[in-house]
Amino acid sequence: MDFSFPKEYQLFRRMVRDFVENEVRPLTRKIDHEHRVPFETIEKAGKLGLMGVPFPQKYGGVGAGETGYCILMEELNKVCASTATVIGAHTGIGAMAIYLDGTEEQKQKYLVPLAKGEKIGAFALTEPGAGSDAAAITTRAVRDGDDYILNGTKTFITNGGHADIISVMAVTDPSLGARGGVTAFIVEKEFPGFSVGTSEDKMGIRGSNTAELIFEDCRVPKENVLGQFGAGFITFMKSLDIGRVGLGAGCLGGAQACLEGSIQWAKTRQQFGMPIAHKQSVHFMIADMATEIEALRSLIYRTAWLVDTGQPFTKEAAMCKLYGSEVAHRCIDRALQIHGGIGYSRDFWVEHAFRDQRIAEIYEGTSEIQRIVIATNIFRPEGVRISA
Amino acid sequence: MDFALNEEQRMFQKMFRDFVTNEVAPLAEEIDHEEKPPLALLPKAAVQGFLGALLPEEFAGVGLDAISYCLLLEELARACTSTAMTISVHNGLVSKTILDNGSDEQKGKYLEAMAFGERIGSFALTEPAAGSDVTALETRAKRDGEDYVLNGRKTWASNGGIADIFLVFAVTDPEAGDKGISAFIVERDTPGFKVGYREPTLGLRGLTCNTLYLDDCGLSAANLLGQEGEGFKIAMKALDFARLSLSAICLGGAQAALEVGVQFAIEHEEFGGPIALKQAIQNFIADTAAEIEALRYLVYHTAWVADTGEPYTRDASMAKLIGSEVAMRAANKMLQMHGGFGYMREYAIERMYRDFRALQIVEGTSEIQRFIIARDILKENGITIEP
Repeated sequence: MDFSFPKEYQLFRRMVRDFVENEVRPLTRKIDHEHRVPFETIEKAGKLGLMGVPFPQKYGGVGAGETGYCILMEELNKVCASTATVIGAHTGIGAMAIYLDGTEEQKQKYLVPLAKGEKIGAFALTEPGAGSDAAAITTRAVRDGDDYILNGTKTFITNGGHADIISVMAVTDPSLGARGGVTAFIVEKEFPGFSVGTSEDKMGIRGSNTAELIFEDCRVPKENVLGQFGAGFITFMKSLDIGRVGLGAGCLGGAQACLEGSIQWAKTRQQFGMPIAHKQSVHFMIADMATEIEALRSLIYRTAWLVDTGQPFTKEAAMCKLYGSEVAHRCIDRALQIHGGIGYSRDFWVEHAFRDQRIAEIYEGTSEIQRIVIATNIFRPEGVRISA
Repeated sequence: MDFALNEEQRMFQKMFRDFVTNEVAPLAEEIDHEEKPPLALLPKAAVQGFLGALLPEEFAGVGLDAISYCLLLEELARACTSTAMTISVHNGLVSKTILDNGSDEQKGKYLEAMAFGERIGSFALTEPAAGSDVTALETRAKRDGEDYVLNGRKTWASNGGIADIFLVFAVTDPEAGDKGISAFIVERDTPGFKVGYREPTLGLRGLTCNTLYLDDCGLSAANLLGQEGEGFKIAMKALDFARLSLSAICLGGAQAALEVGVQFAIEHEEFGGPIALKQAIQNFIADTAAEIEALRYLVYHTAWVADTGEPYTRDASMAKLIGSEVAMRAANKMLQMHGGFGYMREYAIERMYRDFRALQIVEGTSEIQRFIIARDILKENGITIEP
């Protein structure tokens, strides 16, 4: 075993950290208040390769694998969950679906500009009646000559309002259901019949756009079928699997920021004639945070290693997301408690982080869905099939 | 980065697992119910090299690295926490401490016999008034020329009932605080030394925990381990390793609880089908499995740090803290899943629930671990804290 990060990853982390400190940290409050991550920030990220970290260099990426992507998510989320969400939805699922199952032509046409940050990606699965139950989607794709005609509405689509290239899941054969009856498509925002509906006003990650996507007789050429016809559900589930590792890494960064911020606060905040850093109640909250974070860190990078070495990782990825989001939740709650009243003030980072964190237990599969994935993978080798 | 066990470690793991399946698992229930230490097992463990696990070949040991040693304890704990603790105390707290601090003469005299299992080790630090606060020790070692005379009482000495060699910590200089504590090797038949009352315990009923009496117990300078005044340092270093060891026991224990829970969920039917098909049950299992996975790589990471020779005090405390909490939550959830069966002694989960509760207390309570972790973190931030 060797738990040390190779030199190139250490250098990569330093580069990401510089970007985050110089380009993102000064803007975090503005991003929250104005409900957007500035286009220039994304452009700068793209120039540094940060919009395509896990993808091979031949597709415009950095080639840093899942480990590199986790470093990016960890460092971004320490400072700005909105920016992490924009880049995460773009890279971790939107572009990822094309990388995993796209043809060589599709990768050249779509993945390369996505990975370079010239185009923004999104991943459109959720519908008003299909959240955790992803197989219940009703967006329909019907063949018409050399095209497919899509009709339906997607909701809660991260980056939806800004995306140029969207991976979309639609029903191609209602009689077959999720296995065989659903196909993935690559949709360009210019395709006729595609439009963006209303954007959500959210508790947190307010800088990331969450929009409704409307398909009204939207014409998609057959070359834009992503992966096998009828295997769209599998493409999307694979993308979500891998995306969960990065989400866990984001939680790791968020939790780490809570720990570091709480230590700094405890050093300066005086009560009962001394800094609260001398109070055992505070020590124990710090110790519990640090311990959970350390366990999470090992889990995240071990799972990234499973991905990068080509081993099965579905169960572990769900664990990263489940445990990560819960650790992050407990850490921000403790951080708020240590900060007391000031932690509740909108003038301070804690309040912002508290709102941002809560989505981690919901998006890209709720904690409940993660538990189903984990339990399914535990019971399957025992001969028991469970369903949601 | 490489999170895989190497070939040797995988081979060891299989060997440990085979031994535990064949020799330990069949006895676990009996060890608990009859409250007897695993004496029949120890010679077999010695043959495998498990009682000299951390010693070099020159002392008849097998010289396991920390990761492999954790694998051993993990496997032992999957079957029997009492046996894992007995062997862990013997190896990690006693023979390793003699190896790390002993004179050539002491090593020659004790270590080979310990590796062969002819002599079992016990660690005697705790006293009635000195638990978490080790500096409050009252057992006194008075100098008498070249010799020492010890007086005092030790409580809850692990392996006390079966040990031949006791590491006893006593105050040699009451003015010097933690620098006034020294470590002594005391043999069972030393005049003035007596192994007394064995505590009846909630769990870990195969681990003997005894009161030790030292009444004008005369020792020679040859019994002093390390230098005079080094006792606290020796104890703390031993406890670092003991906490890493304990975290591996927590990992194995939690894993075992999960496994019996999964089996029960498959076999037990309610409302016309296995309870495994109920989401409430799946939630118990998924949460436990996720925590165990996080714990596993925290334990191995800590062992890896120990193997690299870097300090690992904070890591060991983290692994012990979260390990004991994960194990206890695992036992609690799996017990709940068993319903009434979980409360019955016929089911292993009943024993695990009692056994694991000790893990949050032994080798430093959860509260002491939190103190150590916070002290280390705040020190980096320029703040010195007291317990």
